[in-house]
Amino acid sequence: MTMIAFTGAAELGLIYSMVAVGLYLSYKILGLADLTVDGSFTLGAAVSIMAVLAGFPAMGLIAAALCGAMAGLITALLQTKLGIQPILAGILTMTALYSINLKVMDGKASVNALSQSTVFSFFQSIFTDGGKLIFVLLILLAVTAVFVWFMGTQFGMAIRATGDNESMVRSSSINSNLTKTVGLMLANALVALSGGLLAQYQKSSDTSMGTGVVVIGLASVIIGDVIVGNFLFAVTKKRNIITGVVSVICGSILYRLIIAFVLQHNNHPALRFLNITASDMKLLSSIIVVITISYPVIKQKLILSSKKRRLKNASDS
Amino acid sequence: MLQIRNLTKIFSAGTGNERKAVTNINLSVESGEFLCLIGGNGAGKSTLMNLVAGTYMPDSGRITLERKDITYLSEHKRAKQIGHLFQDPLLGTAPNMTIEENLSLAYLRGKRRGLKRAVSKKNAPFFKEQLRLLDLGLEDRLKTQVGLLSGGQRQAITLLMATLAAPTLLLLDEHTAALDPATADKVLCLTENIQRESKITTLMITHNIESALRAGTRTLMLQQGKIILDIKGKEREEMTVERLLRMFRQKSGKSLNNDRMLLS
Repeated sequence: MTMIAFTGAAELGLIYSMVAVGLYLSYKILGLADLTVDGSFTLGAAVSIMAVLAGFPAMGLIAAALCGAMAGLITALLQTKLGIQPILAGILTMTALYSINLKVMDGKASVNALSQSTVFSFFQSIFTDGGKLIFVLLILLAVTAVFVWFMGTQFGMAIRATGDNESMVRSSSINSNLTKTVGLMLANALVALSGGLLAQYQKSSDTSMGTGVVVIGLASVIIGDVIVGNFLFAVTKKRNIITGVVSVICGSILYRLIIAFVLQHNNHPALRFLNITASDMKLLSSIIVVITISYPVIKQKLILSSKKRRLKNASDS
Repeated sequence: MLQIRNLTKIFSAGTGNERKAVTNINLSVESGEFLCLIGGNGAGKSTLMNLVAGTYMPDSGRITLERKDITYLSEHKRAKQIGHLFQDPLLGTAPNMTIEENLSLAYLRGKRRGLKRAVSKKNAPFFKEQLRLLDLGLEDRLKTQVGLLSGGQRQAITLLMATLAAPTLLLLDEHTAALDPATADKVLCLTENIQRESKITTLMITHNIESALRAGTRTLMLQQGKIILDIKGKEREEMTVERLLRMFRQKSGKSLNNDRMLLS
């Protein structure tokens, strides 16, 4: 892989890793499949690009995170106050956000800000090519530091316990609706921040850029957990918030590297017949998620059927 | 002090499946009392307890705890004063969190949960001391994930969690029923010790008539959503399992139709 392709994959991986951290919170910690993500990612991008056009790129990132938190709040209220199933609540918000995102972008399906300065401009002027990577790393470091700190507080632990055993949480005088709401707000703030950062990174945003982000995020979470999480557990004998966050960030980077690798070698004789293009990546993401989530079940079935066969052979002979 | 006035709960009211789980119950429990509730399946014991805990809301009547009306207070709000244990030992603890984290969470019962560190080093000696009282060798395993412990160990920890930040009322819904006999005895013994030390007003549902007469200070028998027997003091001391079963037949006009109760 060339250096440019590698750096590009690393940059994208780091930007998208905030989606992975958000999903780590909503999916792994709270146990909620939150589909708001596809909408809140685009919302973050839309808000951020409009702020760039208005000349306030840094404010754009903050506004993106805040808007993402609001989207999470809506989904949480639909679930906790109005009794709508978690998956449907997310779908409803995501669908509604499609219209909202168009309104944010002045009714245009895509908006460019090619000549405006972004949050990356300053770092690019100092560090030239490495500037983007350095800025993304700084943001990510700050965000994960705050996240890890927050999850270690009394309230953060209440959120973790809510995903682990909700009835115990309620009988410990914790309002589990509140912990879920704050969790979903934080998760979607991270997702929207990621979208906002991506919009300024590529200097454009369009209404469909969030499609499938939830699956990409889940793939990152799972790849990170299986490869890096298990490795960290073998080394440190620990599974905590820090190892979890490090795992999903590495998962996000690995995901981008896999994609960059596949796209670079799609002319290889072994792969050419598949005719893989960039648009096939969502299919690949879905397949990765299906395989990794169903892996334990398939493994169990294979073990059981081999046991059955052995029993049958033993009774035949 | 817990006061229950004319409490009624009907499930599926107005349908063919209507079931009067609790009908017009009046009960006053003095502070420090330890009540044992017995009765056949569907007698309304658990419903009564869930009404007090706030899991269900009553159709009519009133519940006051320490002179405060809690009839329609939400479950997590009244949990500030109420500890609740269930039959299933898995319900009371968070399996993916450590013993220390579980205890820290329970220790904050009724307090505001803010941005302070969740696990404070300064609580560790206190937690260890409390765990030592359980006598299960858990005092050196603060960093162990609760999911790795046995049902009995988890129920003992749940009991500790429910009483750590001394509640006004402790509700025990057959909390020893899912444990093996030796462990059940141990957990019941722990319950009595903790109750005696802390004088928490306690309501315990049990299927074991013998322990309903031996443990605690007062025994209540429920049948079809009503209290049909309420004994304490001398009358209770002289009561035997045989006499109780005979009284039950006299009062209800039929024999106890509960295998678990007769077998135990």
